[in-house]
Amino acid sequence: MEATFGSTEFWRNGPQPGALYKFPGHVNTTQASQIGAAKRTLAPTVTGTSVLGLCFDGGVIIAADMLGSYGALARYRNLSRVMKVNDSAAIGISGDYADYQFMKSVIEQRVIDEECLNDGFQYTPKSLFSWMTRVLYNRRSNFNPLWNTFIVGGVQDGEPFLGYIDKIGVAYNDPTIASGYGAYIAAPLLRDAFEANPKMSLAEAEKKIDECMKVLYYRDARSLNKYEVAIVTKDGTMIKSPIVSETNWEVAHMIKGYE
Amino acid sequence: MSSIGTGYDLSASQFSPDGRVFQVEYALKAVENSGTAVGIRGKDGVVFGVEKLVTSKLYEAGANKRLFNIDRHIGIATAGLMADSRAVVEIAREEASNYRYNYGLPIPLKNLTDRVSGYVHAHTLYSSVRPFGVSMILGSHTVEEGPQMYLIDPSGVSWGYHGCATGKAKQAAKTEIEKLKMKDMPIADLVKEVAKIIYIVHDEVKDKNFELELSWVGEVTGGKHELVPKNVYVEAEKFAKEALEESDDSDEEDL
Repeated sequence: MEATFGSTEFWRNGPQPGALYKFPGHVNTTQASQIGAAKRTLAPTVTGTSVLGLCFDGGVIIAADMLGSYGALARYRNLSRVMKVNDSAAIGISGDYADYQFMKSVIEQRVIDEECLNDGFQYTPKSLFSWMTRVLYNRRSNFNPLWNTFIVGGVQDGEPFLGYIDKIGVAYNDPTIASGYGAYIAAPLLRDAFEANPKMSLAEAEKKIDECMKVLYYRDARSLNKYEVAIVTKDGTMIKSPIVSETNWEVAHMIKGYE
Repeated sequence: MSSIGTGYDLSASQFSPDGRVFQVEYALKAVENSGTAVGIRGKDGVVFGVEKLVTSKLYEAGANKRLFNIDRHIGIATAGLMADSRAVVEIAREEASNYRYNYGLPIPLKNLTDRVSGYVHAHTLYSSVRPFGVSMILGSHTVEEGPQMYLIDPSGVSWGYHGCATGKAKQAAKTEIEKLKMKDMPIADLVKEVAKIIYIVHDEVKDKNFELELSWVGEVTGGKHELVPKNVYVEAEKFAKEALEESDDSDEEDL
């Protein structure tokens, strides 16, 4: 009998000696998820650096190196950051790689859905761009942005198209586009090249892109000299991978004062 | 019919005393009113053929297709109520998409068949719903699995096949399919045979106009299900018509 009265079972849900008593209706406010607080990504993890885009006569070229950085650490050296969407569109991405993979799976499924209908229509670069601006703007409006910059390119009605969308939904299009660090280092080079020769050939565009990727490799500490390009022309979308830039560090020993 | 007036055919959720579910049998009748659909699994892919009956000259050519894409590698040929087919096709697309989202891979046809037939079967269990008046042939080709083909009935059963037919003239079509050694045949040859079978089983007296629909998935299409290209279609249709004329000629000789 004594065991029965002494057991905690008899006083179930009541105050316990040496323990805090929780009144009925109590909510444990120590855990954010239990009070319905939202959780958000506050910083990207694995990231990709600059993406370059350039229009040439009859098409566009999009380039991105193959480095996945984990903060300052060069974590992955064989990461693809350009994607073929269909025969008339391709994208390149900077920023959080996981968010890109999510977006990639969504886009791929939408392309399949489009193919299934078999009505002769497909995503054009402009329609893809327009839809992506809505997604990114919507995400930032819900305080939950996709931590990326997307460069959308392709050919529509025989004209090359190139567009930029960032994580807060800012979007514009231009014949030359650079994201991330490339916006400071490579954008002026691309802009000058385009203004000097707006009708450049694919070979000229590839050469210019290689030059810019090389400059970025010298100047951007989060970059790699191995990169991929997506080329869209009226004949379709092609990914060239990997391209390795020849680099020259002979003058490096002459640079002093940054140690 | 034995079901009429007995009261056991009012719901799909009730057996008749001799163990039948009449609503499911009525659904099968709906399938039998539809133009024939044929599927043949060859050594390097699957070919579908559909006899799409055109009930009015006022329709646009190519309207109301009965061959559908589900995913890149999967196609479906349907027989039965058009609206029901579209509803089930939509479910199949959703399942394929769902599998791809979760596993990052194209859905194996066996998995898709199980999911879709489970869905069809669920509609034979409740009084609040009606069974689907559709039977459908699913086909795919992948590097891992090779060619695959299944047929789903309104009852929700599914079987794998090397050759199958459903719709109005399914018996006649099956007899024709049995004459083929499909296991050794490439789909480039099978597409002609499928066209021929559709032309043979078509009943000119009862149904005047029809459109032949042909699609395939296999090595020649790079594992993609698609309607056959124009030149293949024209050639197959020509082969079918010539074969039909030849048999007509020999019939006349017999008389």
